[in-house]
Amino acid sequence: MTPSTPARLSLRTLALGYLGILVLTPIVLILIRTFEDGLLAFWASITTPAAISALTLSLIIIAIVVPLNVVFGIVTALALVRGRFPGRGIVQAIVDLPFAVSPIVVGASLILLWGASGWLGFIDEAGFKVIFALPGMVLATIFVTLPFVVREVEPVLHEIGEEQEQAAATLGASRWQTFWRITLPAIRWGLTYGVVLTVARALGEFGAVIMVSAGVAGQSQTLTLLVHARYVDDFNVYGAYAASTLLMLLAILTLLLMTVLDRKRKTT
Amino acid sequence: MTDAVAEDLHRLVTESDAIAAQSHAIVVEHLEKHYGDYHALRDINLNIPSGSLTALLGPSGSGKSTLLRAIAGLEVPDGGTVRIGDEDVTYVPPQKREIGFVFQHYAAFKHLTVRDNVGFGPSIRKQPKAEIAKRVDELLEIVGLDGYQDRYPSQLSGGQRQRMALARALAVHPKVLLLDEPFGALDAKVREDLRGWLRQLQSETGVTTVLVTHDQEEALDVADHIAVLNEGAIEQWGSPREVYETPANDFVMSFLGPTAVLRGALVRPHDLVLSHEHIDGAVSTVVERVVHLGFEVRVELRDEQGEQLSAQTTRGEAARLDLAVGQRIFVRPGQPDAAPAPTTA
Repeated sequence: MTPSTPARLSLRTLALGYLGILVLTPIVLILIRTFEDGLLAFWASITTPAAISALTLSLIIIAIVVPLNVVFGIVTALALVRGRFPGRGIVQAIVDLPFAVSPIVVGASLILLWGASGWLGFIDEAGFKVIFALPGMVLATIFVTLPFVVREVEPVLHEIGEEQEQAAATLGASRWQTFWRITLPAIRWGLTYGVVLTVARALGEFGAVIMVSAGVAGQSQTLTLLVHARYVDDFNVYGAYAASTLLMLLAILTLLLMTVLDRKRKTT
Repeated sequence: MTDAVAEDLHRLVTESDAIAAQSHAIVVEHLEKHYGDYHALRDINLNIPSGSLTALLGPSGSGKSTLLRAIAGLEVPDGGTVRIGDEDVTYVPPQKREIGFVFQHYAAFKHLTVRDNVGFGPSIRKQPKAEIAKRVDELLEIVGLDGYQDRYPSQLSGGQRQRMALARALAVHPKVLLLDEPFGALDAKVREDLRGWLRQLQSETGVTTVLVTHDQEEALDVADHIAVLNEGAIEQWGSPREVYETPANDFVMSFLGPTAVLRGALVRPHDLVLSHEHIDGAVSTVVERVVHLGFEVRVELRDEQGEQLSAQTTRGEAARLDLAVGQRIFVRPGQPDAAPAPTTA
């Protein structure tokens, strides 16, 4: 049944109005505030030592998290799809856990485990700072981004099946050669999509990271922490808007990449 | 297949060193395989002569594919041995068996061109690029895919993909060629063409070939030897003629062709003789339907116990008997030649 023209129009207006008020207006407002004093002011605000340090730290975390997620994500996906071992269902559930658990809980549990009085506190006491240092922020980010590569690669592995790999084996290829020459090229789009999702999530992560960061400006703040600190601690509202805009630009870039890749993935 | 194509194939195979004639027998002894509670292979003993084309024929779940995969090393048996040539390969991984394997669904490397698919084996063996390119071109000419080097598998038809897969398997000079329902995913016409072509290629190259199929016509048409499998065991081993004409048991009899039940025994419909007169051993039936299938005529009958059976006869014989629905007719096993001279009623 197709609704009548007035009904259709009012439905459309409702949907657009909803999106407009809840999503578009806040973003546009931030953009207006950011650029109302001109590009130079924006540039100055995102090139302060604290801002540069925050951007660098966010990128460092991504640079560590992405390769780890790629390696362990592929291994986990392969084990889940190709392996026949008891407890597969449990592994499936554990992989999805980060989707269900609130990031702030992740942060709190990391402190319980790695903090000075935690189970693994002796590492901290031995002088290797985990909590309130970079390793803690990396751990927190890994936790929240863990499912993406696994969940994007898994269906592709299912779809390609095992026959190509078996064919490669009968042609003399070792497991390693088969992985590099057959499996990896076959999963490349799923993998790339998983990486893009990981980057987007890692950039935007706040709750888990704020729990385990020392929060020192110019030293242990990521971009999201910078936005928070500028707004709440420094009463630098404009600076918070500018840093938000920078975050948003990076996010839009990843989103564009994601759309392009998704289209590519569907056509190949 | 036309004679011209056959001659071409002969020339290509003999002129080319792309396929070195190798002949290795395959010997399987006391092979056992379980999947949990499921007994997939039961004491399989098989002696496949070198240079032959053998069909493993059976219904789905009969263990024919499992047996082929055990020969390939894609399945590890629970017991027994597999030998290829003089070598015991039971626990040798597929990489080291020097086999060619062709899958039902082609298993084409989708991200590689036809050239790189066929050249995959040689490139794993680190052969010089120029040599690989030469061998790939020769093989593609043999399988009739010359000029398709730069295409991707998605740009080929099913039949072409399977020919590419065959070229890929032959590129590594396999000791034996193993084909798992290679024509199962193709439509009837293509299947028949490829079947004839495979038969020809096999006899030209002389490579020991094992083909898995559930299609008895395909097995009868293409193979020198047939192993009939059922429920994980070999029911019969023999030439196509032996398994068809002297089946070891009712299973083989009914799997290799249509059957009719006459006085509780299985007979081939074409071995039934129809007559208007009652002769010793004949069963009285009523004609229910007469189906003209070109040269053949299928006559559907019902005996006095109400059991249905069908007899197959020639167009001439059907005309002579002047068959009509509802008519009473006597059926007995035998050869139509031995039928008594017709008497006009």
